[in-house]
Amino acid sequence: MNHKHVPLFHIAKRKSLPWYRAWAIRGIAILAALIIDAILTTIVTGLNPFAVYASIFKGSFGTVRKFWVLLQNIAILLCISIAVTPAYRMRFWNIGGEGQVLMGALGCALTMILLGDKLPNALLIPLLFLISVLCGAIWGLIPAIFKAKWNTNETLFTLMMNYVATQLVAYFIIVFEVPKGAGQIGIINQSSEAGWLPMVFGSRYFLNILIVAVLTVLIFVYMRYSKHGYEISVVGESERTARYVGIKVGKVIIRTMLLSGALCGVAGFLLVSGTNHTITTSIAGGRGFTAVMVSWLAKFNPFAMVLTSFLIVFMERGASEISSNFGLNASFADIITGIILFFVIACEFFINYELITRRKAARITAGISAEAGKEAANE
Amino acid sequence: MEIREEQEVNKTREPVVRMEHIYKTFGSVVANEDARLEIYRGEILAILGENGSGKTTLMNMLAGIYFPDSGKIFIDGKEAVISSPKDAFAYGIGMIHQHFKLVNVLSAAENVALGLKEKGRFNIRKVAEQIKALCDRYGFELDPYEKIYNMSVSQKQTVEIIKVLYRGAEILILDEPTAVLTPQETEKLFNVLRNMRDAGKAIVIITHKMNEVEELSDRVAVLRKGAYVGDMLTKDTNADEMSGMLVGHPVKLEISRPKPKDPRPRIEVKGLTVRNEEGFLKLDDVSFTANSGEILGIAGISGNGQKELLEAIAGLQPTEKGMISYIHKDGSREELIGKDPLAIQKLGVSLSFVPEDRLGMGLVGSMDITDNMMLRSYRRGNSFFLDQKSPHDLAANVVDELSVNTPNLETPVRRLSGGNVQKVLVGREISSAPTVLLTAYAVRGLDINSSYTIYDLINRQKEAGVAVIYVGEDLDVLLELSDRILVLCDGKVSGILPGEGADKKEVGLLMTRVGGGKAETEKTADQADETSEENDNFIEIEAEESENTGESEGGNAHES
Repeated sequence: MNHKHVPLFHIAKRKSLPWYRAWAIRGIAILAALIIDAILTTIVTGLNPFAVYASIFKGSFGTVRKFWVLLQNIAILLCISIAVTPAYRMRFWNIGGEGQVLMGALGCALTMILLGDKLPNALLIPLLFLISVLCGAIWGLIPAIFKAKWNTNETLFTLMMNYVATQLVAYFIIVFEVPKGAGQIGIINQSSEAGWLPMVFGSRYFLNILIVAVLTVLIFVYMRYSKHGYEISVVGESERTARYVGIKVGKVIIRTMLLSGALCGVAGFLLVSGTNHTITTSIAGGRGFTAVMVSWLAKFNPFAMVLTSFLIVFMERGASEISSNFGLNASFADIITGIILFFVIACEFFINYELITRRKAARITAGISAEAGKEAANE
Repeated sequence: MEIREEQEVNKTREPVVRMEHIYKTFGSVVANEDARLEIYRGEILAILGENGSGKTTLMNMLAGIYFPDSGKIFIDGKEAVISSPKDAFAYGIGMIHQHFKLVNVLSAAENVALGLKEKGRFNIRKVAEQIKALCDRYGFELDPYEKIYNMSVSQKQTVEIIKVLYRGAEILILDEPTAVLTPQETEKLFNVLRNMRDAGKAIVIITHKMNEVEELSDRVAVLRKGAYVGDMLTKDTNADEMSGMLVGHPVKLEISRPKPKDPRPRIEVKGLTVRNEEGFLKLDDVSFTANSGEILGIAGISGNGQKELLEAIAGLQPTEKGMISYIHKDGSREELIGKDPLAIQKLGVSLSFVPEDRLGMGLVGSMDITDNMMLRSYRRGNSFFLDQKSPHDLAANVVDELSVNTPNLETPVRRLSGGNVQKVLVGREISSAPTVLLTAYAVRGLDINSSYTIYDLINRQKEAGVAVIYVGEDLDVLLELSDRILVLCDGKVSGILPGEGADKKEVGLLMTRVGGGKAETEKTADQADETSEENDNFIEIEAEESENTGESEGGNAHES
């Protein structure tokens, strides 16, 4: 019966770590990921991993322009991330960010096309903003109503809404294609620049970044200090408790999804009016899904999302850089990113738990008996 | 001194289990610190301890659920390593947990055989025969072919016990086995346990109830703050000494029952009928009056309509028929049915329901004490933003007055021990200065000290003229605390008795049969249905709970 020995180690919950140690663990995780990536790069491609890393770094910081593009991409991803955050805080699985962004973009593009030569920019741009927000909000509202009234599965519902949105965009692209038969809309109001967000400090991206920065602060305050934010947390943590204290759960779901959709609409507005000045079915570029990861990685803290979205955009930019510099397939960059993300997510385990080895367990026992001995001696 | 005492007790025998220097932490929470314990054959050992003193954690380590951070376990004098429940079975250790782990659609015999690897063809009849033999030997009553969903709670418990006996357990650990049983069922269980002891098995029961310790056990071991305090023979001790040992200072074990002061009708329920979502009748023509300045105790086996009754009054449960009137101090009446929960709250009707998992209703586990204090009051004022200062003050106040053990106000309530969680909940409900206090299972799983704090709080509310409706599990307490007792059975009012001089046996009978008919063990088909339904819920809660047990159990280590 006694064939078993004390296991080599066992897992135990950790005492809460000071923040700098938690960040040290995350740093080590990224470092470990980079080492593994380097080994993999050498084995698979035969390239010098340091050259590859340098190239990744240059992808974001190589030139002033690349740096602006980095910031712009962070801004859009961050905008969608803070948009889905209230929903996820409420444990409403909104994977329809993609569709909500598309609808915001569509509303914006159509208004630009139809009213571009009828209104001055001072009126047109606020109108574009409003319409984008409205379109995104409606796209978020529909699954919320179904969830609140009939408790439908929001994950499937929001996912399906993405396809509807994509098809709608595809349809309107054909309706307004320029020139006829091109299958695309092309730059809207290229000559008049009507409905284009103005350049500030010589940069097309500055206003985008500023708007997102302001929204990030606002959402942080909303979630942390407002009654609405409090209700969202209560509903998310325990619907039963929410009902018990008289919170109307359905109302909170609908209100929160309106907000979530509206913010996705803002992202659509920034994409069309701010940077692209056109619309395609892939304008959201999967960021509606990536944003979910950004939000969870940051544990729903909008400020931490600045970091997580930076990490993801930085790796994306680096990926396209190495694929052009070294003639590597873009998938290889995805592998590198994947390994880093895996380490970043997995290291949370070591922040919450520790491994107690056989030797350490023995030390604890020894420590206790020593203490007990001391106490006995004192008595 | 205690060590000497222990040596005297154990001079002659060899323990079957010896645990030494056991140390177990969950994060910053210390569940067991240098704990030890000895278990002997042919003896019933009761383990006493406050909430979070580490009793369950210690036993879980014996049963292979947790692995100690350090320390040694000896079985029959040889060092043993128990890293899984399978290992525990190999050593002959079986544990019966508070929440049953049974498959509802299978029969008793199938549940017993589940997971066993026996050579040859599986023969359910052979299993059933062996079960019958076990039943005869120890005095269980069980039909091996009966399906679990048809069983009462006590029958399910029997299946759990047989399951571990079938696997050859010599050491049986029962975690609060009587919490869900009627007095009659408890008596039966005790007889079975005595039979097993006489057959040479080692029995360990974890309990909070002093009278059970005195009635059943041969020896008591006391744990405090995760460490072993001492043990003694039951016949040499008494309830006062035991509770003194487990709290660390002497306590008075009396519940006072001040005379109701100027009782006037506050809540009048007439012909209330409620069906649940599946259409089952949960309350059937229930009528009663609850007076101000009085405690109305509600007795009944769990799941007989208590929850629905309180929720109907609080406006959370749709009703089918009947009236619920709130009677103001000036005598004017207001109908509560049809009002939304918020409006009822504003009248001063406060509900604190402590569910099986303690946190599910009324509190948000991941939020801190301050945020939980806000749950009722955060709407106050027209500001878009939360007022975080006054809940913070209130939290500090509650923590101070009810001596809630917490490292600070920012600790998530999930991390607190059960007793402290309940103090937070009850403290918040009382702070809203209610006129009607509905409370269910307020002392669920609480140790003596915390329970008495809660009884005291409830009594103070009564003296302040609040109409208290108290749903409880422990009959002894109900009889001591209530001014009147309403017994619910199968959704009907089985009887209303004055609390003073009420007979426990009589109430027990009323609980199982409307009007207190003679056949006490038979249950109506409906009732069996209800209980099995309830157990479905158990399973859902279980996953969450088993995860939390460690934390909440250990949470109390903060008490040091």
